[in-house]
Amino acid sequence: MSQILGPGTPAPDFSLHVTPDQKLSLSELRGNPVILAFYPADFSPVCGDQMALYNEILSEFKKHGAELLGISVDGVWCHDEFAKNRHLHFPLLADFEPKGEIARKYGAYRHGDGFCERALFVIDKNGTIRWSYISPVAVNPGADGILQALEELPK
Amino acid sequence: MALLKIPITSDDHIQGDEKAPITLVEYGDYECPHCGRAYPIVKRVQKHFGKRLMFVFRNFPLQEIHPNAESAAEAAEFAAAHERFWEMHDAIFENQADLSLPRLLELAKTLRLSVPDLRNALTGRQYASRVRDDFLGGVRSGVNGTPTFFINGNRHDGPFDFDDLVAAIEAFAE
Repeated sequence: MSQILGPGTPAPDFSLHVTPDQKLSLSELRGNPVILAFYPADFSPVCGDQMALYNEILSEFKKHGAELLGISVDGVWCHDEFAKNRHLHFPLLADFEPKGEIARKYGAYRHGDGFCERALFVIDKNGTIRWSYISPVAVNPGADGILQALEELPK
Repeated sequence: MALLKIPITSDDHIQGDEKAPITLVEYGDYECPHCGRAYPIVKRVQKHFGKRLMFVFRNFPLQEIHPNAESAAEAAEFAAAHERFWEMHDAIFENQADLSLPRLLELAKTLRLSVPDLRNALTGRQYASRVRDDFLGGVRSGVNGTPTFFINGNRHDGPFDFDDLVAAIEAFAE
């Protein structure tokens, strides 16, 4: 597994497409905690589970004011279809061109495979990584770690 | 390894001896096809271990992908309030293809539960907080999809065919 960025590291900024004509930057979300969930691919059954699970827990994340961003190397059209299919209510970022550039910056890119690790980052309101976790690609990490990390953020 | 954080109490839906050495907890969604597939498997596992195993079912409805899962869970909780949880739990899984409101009311009728009372309970979301508590407790324990099983408090990450579950349980029971 890759060596992902750890707590205390400033979260590398990015600006990625969330829809064909819209981009989102991490720095735009400064002031609120951000959950960054890298995952291998849209439509693989395990990912569907992970994103579908987070989708159901959004209200708990919101209690901490946190924004959830899903991110994979899939393109915007694929993300769009995936989000519609799963009724996802949070943005999916396309780390598509140059492929995996942002995942590489976070240490969450699988070079041999050409897709992202299943890696989670909780970033505080000032843009510093406070918690990170990498799960085996086949194991959906659930959300308990994210919730605990959000609770432990300094107010 | 993910551990069950919410202890089993008398508020749980329990089948079998509460002092049994093996506990199997399922977090399930009534509309989830994988849970539907697990339903007869769990029955076989229960039969296989007999008195040595206690089974607990907790709600984990994924409402966004399964639009009827929440009302089915609330209907089962309604039945529980009338001491008919397991009959409703089984009836729902055995009729998983159609869990529309009329169908849930019909199931209640078959179980001689009050249809107007169930309708009111669902409209008034009487059991919503109970279902949500199960769900959030599951999230805390690392439930990562449905069904998720815990064997003696440890999350079972592998497949859940009969042989897999029996082998996993035996590994813990030793």
